[in-house]
Amino acid sequence: MARLTAGLTTSHIPAVGAAMDLGKTSEAYWKPVFAGYEWTKAWEVGQKPDVVILVYNDHASAFDMKVIPTFAIGCADSFPIADEGWGPRPVPQVEGHADLAWHIAQSCILDEFDMTIINEMAVDHGLTVPLSLIFGQVATWPARVIPIAVNVVTYPPPTGNRCWLLGEAIARAVASYEEDLNVQIWGTGGMSHQLQGPRAGLINREWDTAFLDKLTADPEALRAMPHIEYLREAGSEGIELVMWLIMRGALGPKIRELHRHYHVPASNTAVGHVVLEPTY
Amino acid sequence: MSAPRDIHGYLADFDDIPGTRVFTARRARQGYHLNQFAMSLMKAENRERFKADEAGYLDQWPLTDAQKTAVLARDYNAMLEEGGNIYFLAKIFSTDGKSFQFAAGSMTGMSQEDYAAMMITGGRSPEGQRSIKDKR
Repeated sequence: MARLTAGLTTSHIPAVGAAMDLGKTSEAYWKPVFAGYEWTKAWEVGQKPDVVILVYNDHASAFDMKVIPTFAIGCADSFPIADEGWGPRPVPQVEGHADLAWHIAQSCILDEFDMTIINEMAVDHGLTVPLSLIFGQVATWPARVIPIAVNVVTYPPPTGNRCWLLGEAIARAVASYEEDLNVQIWGTGGMSHQLQGPRAGLINREWDTAFLDKLTADPEALRAMPHIEYLREAGSEGIELVMWLIMRGALGPKIRELHRHYHVPASNTAVGHVVLEPTY
Repeated sequence: MSAPRDIHGYLADFDDIPGTRVFTARRARQGYHLNQFAMSLMKAENRERFKADEAGYLDQWPLTDAQKTAVLARDYNAMLEEGGNIYFLAKIFSTDGKSFQFAAGSMTGMSQEDYAAMMITGGRSPEGQRSIKDKR
């Protein structure tokens, strides 16, 4: 049977992708951002996941205002890299796992999560920057990827509790898939940042640190956190953190934090990254 | 957690956040064509057409005069006020070869250098930036 073996979270800042693509990772500004991923890159080489379920948000790339799915799952065999306005990132095409993705879609719908099924979709920095951070600059990605795209742009996004429950449903789906696969789930986006208006540049280290602590120590508090708290405390784009709760819900009640990295700033954003393991 | 939410109170809270325009249904409707215009700049050939004749390109979209003026002036706060969403507006500053940090900085009234310096020293503090009515 397929096994959900680990989860991780990471920010997915576009400038971080650009820094890698343009060979700037050893510059003084960027070095501390990337240093915190070295542990994870080495760990991941040993983990060898077959599939990564990657929770992210599309940034007006695959989805425009015509259609706004709250929860969408990429069921294609492969996903091209989006041109976000300056040409596609020079990274490999993303290979999907259509059979497992369709299995998760069917299982979640029967579990009362009405997923939108996506058969053709370009993927943007929200998905490719995490892959680059964890797998490095490679000719082909070493794992297949199932994109889960969450609307966190047009209000209201899903509640934290709804995200958590979807994570639990995804975990049940993975556990009922017959092939023996090592599956990870990644929650991306965040941490505190605001990209718009006179309040742009807001960073809240104290709140971010408490959020990271609660992933392990008090996840129920995160589950009940209303949108307004994210907006007030973590900036208008900090709402992306609800996506981390899909990952957290999937890992189950007992987990262990293996690694943590927090750094301010990368461009406009606080970088947050943790690696978590279910202890069952 | 399953109690019904008061949608009016939920939406009203968003107007209490200083210097922030939350992308609600009202703004999504107001800015629909502005955001779809911005989206069209994801195609290289549209970027070229826009750069060659910005006003002519904008005239092909059902935009208000205020929306067109805001785009031509690259006034991102005005574009937000007209229903633009920052992820869509990103296609405009990307077409200009500008970064998210440039665009974010431009909305704060700070110079790009001062904004970048603020970020390096830890960003904008949330103190006094959480709530207008509670002054916290």
